[in-house]
Amino acid sequence: MLCEQDFKNPGNAAGTLEKIRQYAPSSGEIRIMEICGTHTMAIARSGLKTVLPPSIRLLSGPGCPVCVTPAGAMDMILSLSEKPDVLIASYGDLLRVPGSRRGDSLMNRRGAGAKVLSVYSPMEALQTAREHPELEVVFLGVGFETTAPGTAVCIREAASLGVTNFSVLCLLKKTFPALRALIESPDFAVDGFLCPGHVAAITGSDAFAFLPEEYGLPAVVGGFEAADLLGCVLELTRMITRKSPALVNEYTRLVRPQGNPAAKELIGQVFCSAPSDWRGLGHIEESGFRIREEYRQWDAWEKFHLTLPGSREIPGCSCAQIIRGVLSPGECPLFGSTCTPENPVGPCMVSGEGACAAAYQYDR
Amino acid sequence: MCLAMPMKIKTIDGKTASCDAGGLTQSVRIDFIEDALPGDYVMVHAGFAIEKMSEKEAKENLELLEEIQNAL
Ligand code: SF4
Repeated sequence: MLCEQDFKNPGNAAGTLEKIRQYAPSSGEIRIMEICGTHTMAIARSGLKTVLPPSIRLLSGPGCPVCVTPAGAMDMILSLSEKPDVLIASYGDLLRVPGSRRGDSLMNRRGAGAKVLSVYSPMEALQTAREHPELEVVFLGVGFETTAPGTAVCIREAASLGVTNFSVLCLLKKTFPALRALIESPDFAVDGFLCPGHVAAITGSDAFAFLPEEYGLPAVVGGFEAADLLGCVLELTRMITRKSPALVNEYTRLVRPQGNPAAKELIGQVFCSAPSDWRGLGHIEESGFRIREEYRQWDAWEKFHLTLPGSREIPGCSCAQIIRGVLSPGECPLFGSTCTPENPVGPCMVSGEGACAAAYQYDR
Repeated sequence: MCLAMPMKIKTIDGKTASCDAGGLTQSVRIDFIEDALPGDYVMVHAGFAIEKMSEKEAKENLELLEEIQNAL
C-alpha cells in the first residue's frame, strides 16, 4: 500500500519532481484541472503547489458536490425545513452552506428549532425514519456517481421495507455531461484533466476516454496519496508538452476499465437521467439523476411538490467562476477578509472539499 | 462528505460487513461488491464499500508509479 509522503519533506519524491521540471514549459504555463473535492483537499494538504514549477498551474473544477449545488436549491431546502413534521437528514458538509441570504443555513435553522440531522450514510437517515414514524424524514441526496449507488440501495430498501415516512431529495449529478459543458464553455482554458478516482471506481476509467478522443485533452485517473498526485502531474505534464493526449489510469489498485458493474446496474434500476442545475455551469441537459417513476413514493420532489427556484447567486461571491476554473480563490475580493471558514459567504469556503476552504487552510 | 477510506473486512452478515481501519471498526454496506470475503480490502465511501482492492493490485500500482517515474 502506498504511504502518504509530505512534499514539504521531500524524500524519494525528488526524482519525480525533477522529471516534472524537465517537462514543464520554460515559457507560458500549462493548466491542469482536478474535478474532485478530495483531490482539491489532497493537493492542498500535500503542499504540492508549493514545490511544482510556477509554469504548472493546478486548478479546481466542479468536483465538490456541495459547491455545485445551486443557491436556489439551498433556499428550497431551507423552506422545506420549516414544515413542522419534517426532519432533514444530510451529509454534514451541506449544513453550513448558505442559501441566497447570507448566514441562512440548515445549521442556523436548527438553532432556531428546525429538525436537522447530520448523517454519514443514507442508511442512517432511513433508520431514523423507522425509529420515528411520527416524522417525515427527507434525505438530501447530493454527490456524483460515487454516492449514487448507495443512495439507490437506500431507496430500494425503503421500498422493500415499506417505510412510508422517508424520501430522498435527489440532487445527484453526473460527471460527464458537466465536463462536456465546461469544455464547451467560451472561457474554458485547461490543458489536461486529473480525473476523479472514486467516480471512476464506479463508472470505469474508460468513461473518461472521450477527453482525449473527442477533445484532444490528456486525462489521468488518479488516486489520492501524495505519490499518486505526483505521478499524475508528471504523466499529464508529459502528455501536454509532447502534445500526445491519451487516457491513463494511474489508480489501478482500485479502478477497473469498466468500473463496478453491480453498482452501475443499481443506479440504472433506481434512477434515470434528468436535466440539472449547477452553480457556475447553469442548466445542463441529462446532467442529473432523477428517481424513477416506480419509486416516486420515495421521491421528495414529488412528495412535497417541490420546484427549483430560478438561478440565484450569493452577492459578491465568486464561487461560480471558481467552479469553472476561471478564477482562483485568492482572486475573489472577499477571500480571507469578509469570507473565512468561520464566517463563510459561499459554499467553496464552507465545504471541507471546497477550493476556497483548501486555499485558506493551506495556501496562504 | 467525499472522504473515502480503505478498510479491511472482518466479518460479513448479509449485505453488511464489519470493517476495520487503524483500530476503528465500522459497519459498512457491501451491496455492490461481488464475492466480498473476510480479509478483503475495500474502499469505503459514505457507508458503502465502492470497490474491492487487492494487495496484488496495490503492489502492481506501486510498480506502475515507479515505472512512470523511471520511464519518463
Ligand atoms: S472566497 Fe468566499 S465569497 Fe469568495 S468565492 Fe470563495 S466562498 Fe465565495
